[in-house]
Amino acid sequence: MDNAVLTVLIAMLGGAIRVSTPFMFVALGETLTEKSGRINLGLEGNLVLGAMVAYATSYLTGSPWLGVLAAGMSGLFLGALHGYICKLPKVNDIAVGIAMMSFGTGLAFFFGKPFIQPQAPKLDSIPLGDWTGNPALAQALQVNPLFFVGIFLAVAMSWAFRNTKWGLIVRMTGDSAASAKAMGVSVDLVRFLATAAGGFLAGIGGAFLSLYYPGIWNQGLSSGQGLMAVALVIFARWDPIRAIFAALFFGAAGAIGPALQAVGITSGYYFFNAAPYILTLVIMIISAGSKASARDAPGELSITK
Amino acid sequence: MTVQAADNAVVPVEKTGNLQFLRFAESIAIPVGAIIASALLFAVFLLLIGKDPIQFYALVWTGGFGSSFSIQNSLQRAAPLILTGLAFAIPARIGLTMIGGEGALVLGGFASAAIAIPLVSGGVPPLVTLPVMAATGIITGGLWVGFTGWLKYARGVNETIASLLMSYIAIAIMNFFVEGALRDPASANKPSTMPIGDAYRIGSIPGTDVHWGLAAGIVLAIVLWVLMSRTTFGFAARMTGGNLRAARAQGLPVGWLMVICCMIAGGCAGLAGFFEVAVIHGQANASLVAGYGFTGILVAFLARQNPIAVIPVAILFGALAAAGGVIQRRMDMPDATILVLQGMLFVVLLVSDTLYGRFKIFQVKATGDRT
Repeated sequence: MDNAVLTVLIAMLGGAIRVSTPFMFVALGETLTEKSGRINLGLEGNLVLGAMVAYATSYLTGSPWLGVLAAGMSGLFLGALHGYICKLPKVNDIAVGIAMMSFGTGLAFFFGKPFIQPQAPKLDSIPLGDWTGNPALAQALQVNPLFFVGIFLAVAMSWAFRNTKWGLIVRMTGDSAASAKAMGVSVDLVRFLATAAGGFLAGIGGAFLSLYYPGIWNQGLSSGQGLMAVALVIFARWDPIRAIFAALFFGAAGAIGPALQAVGITSGYYFFNAAPYILTLVIMIISAGSKASARDAPGELSITK
Repeated sequence: MTVQAADNAVVPVEKTGNLQFLRFAESIAIPVGAIIASALLFAVFLLLIGKDPIQFYALVWTGGFGSSFSIQNSLQRAAPLILTGLAFAIPARIGLTMIGGEGALVLGGFASAAIAIPLVSGGVPPLVTLPVMAATGIITGGLWVGFTGWLKYARGVNETIASLLMSYIAIAIMNFFVEGALRDPASANKPSTMPIGDAYRIGSIPGTDVHWGLAAGIVLAIVLWVLMSRTTFGFAARMTGGNLRAARAQGLPVGWLMVICCMIAGGCAGLAGFFEVAVIHGQANASLVAGYGFTGILVAFLARQNPIAVIPVAILFGALAAAGGVIQRRMDMPDATILVLQGMLFVVLLVSDTLYGRFKIFQVKATGDRT
């Protein structure tokens, strides 16, 4: 019995590391966008399109890292489009997010059809657990470099928000467009850049899905992970470091189902499939209306009003 | 906040009729313009990937409206879209962006198929069974979306994200039962609930191949239009959507209005699920997850959240869906082609929102003082 518990725990650890990475990238991208005072609900579209573009690029060029870059560029494209449209007067950014979600997934399914069958070269991982001598642990500690890139980005973003001029400009635009204007900052330009850059990061999250874990491309690859990551940002109260912990927590929760299945507990499999969504909803219910959340929210953000 | 000149101007009484007409004309001209613009944009897209846009639009026409068969096919597919369009439009009037129609459709359809199992095996006649199924679908969908509306009101949970999460949960619940406790052992490849049997299937409107779901959708659209435009309830709901704080200050029961609008929306989607089960599939399975809920969002946007306008727009999208199969076969294009077209249309349509009030021909010339 202890053995089974250990197996599940190790699988959850490995799952947390593997599953969390796309959440991390999308959540970091959304944090940047929302810090500037705009919301992009459409990052699910960036994630799916990024996954497809990464897979196709890796298959056609043989270089998975080129795929990661291409995925980022596709995300940049969607993000820039979102950013451009939202600065037009009378346009509702929530609705544009929904539209970008359907546009991004539509493009991905359309161009991705020929790539469902072929095998594309995957990203390699760094074996960090070989010294343990425990094969299960060693497998759980196969960590993809993008995981570290994500953590580095979070630390860098957190530092930059506090200590750089650019960070200050983004925060000011998000908290009070009027004061940003008074300082001579172009609110539209800052939000456009923040949305485009956020889209870039979400695209990279997609590359992780198709090139590492689960490491395939098909139309069911992402079922709402981009959306959950957006919800996560509220839970993490717009803090990049907290977003990393939230992503890890989500990864672990998402790994419960497959981990239990690995030790032979198959009943309730579909319940565990629903677990991440239920967890997200519960977290939203808890974090909505909390005083801390209201205090930390960027003042210009429509989602918290 | 920028306010249009026409809103601000003091318009003489005899000109208000004119103003209403111009507003109406504007609200038709701009979406139609958006359709044309996105059709052109999609034509460019087709040219870029080496397909013939003229052939494409010719196939959309013949596949959607070309023969009496294709017209009936289009109407058939329009039926669930009217209902899911309403499921987005009604909460939108009260200011909520609810995108959970897909989940309410799936869960409503599943619940109606599930309650049919004991009734059918118990030999209860169809005339009793079908209304019970329909009511179950409506109530399940209504409670499902109503709960999201309540979360918004009581806890301030963002309803757009929450409603989409609820959709994923709804699909997982259906899969849980369909692949487990309620699985028909005979459904080997595609786990499904027990079929309700041909005797319990709803037939077509006499003289056509179009099922009663279309009639139900049209009647419901008219009823909801009356409710939202000609009753105190509708006025209160629209006032809440227009200015929440003013509505609160007036002492309107804002929370109840929100929850009721959401329940109406969920009921519409649940009814669509019932018709999918009772007409098309005869049982609940993964085929219920067909994207009608998501297309309904676009339908509602194009109809500018007007329940009556949802009807023609839904028929347009029904035709597009009906033509999808022909386009796939004749032009060797993936089934996601329609998704790309819809996505483009959605984006262009939202961009066109910025045009309201910009065209001089739709503005009344103000004669009085501006305030």
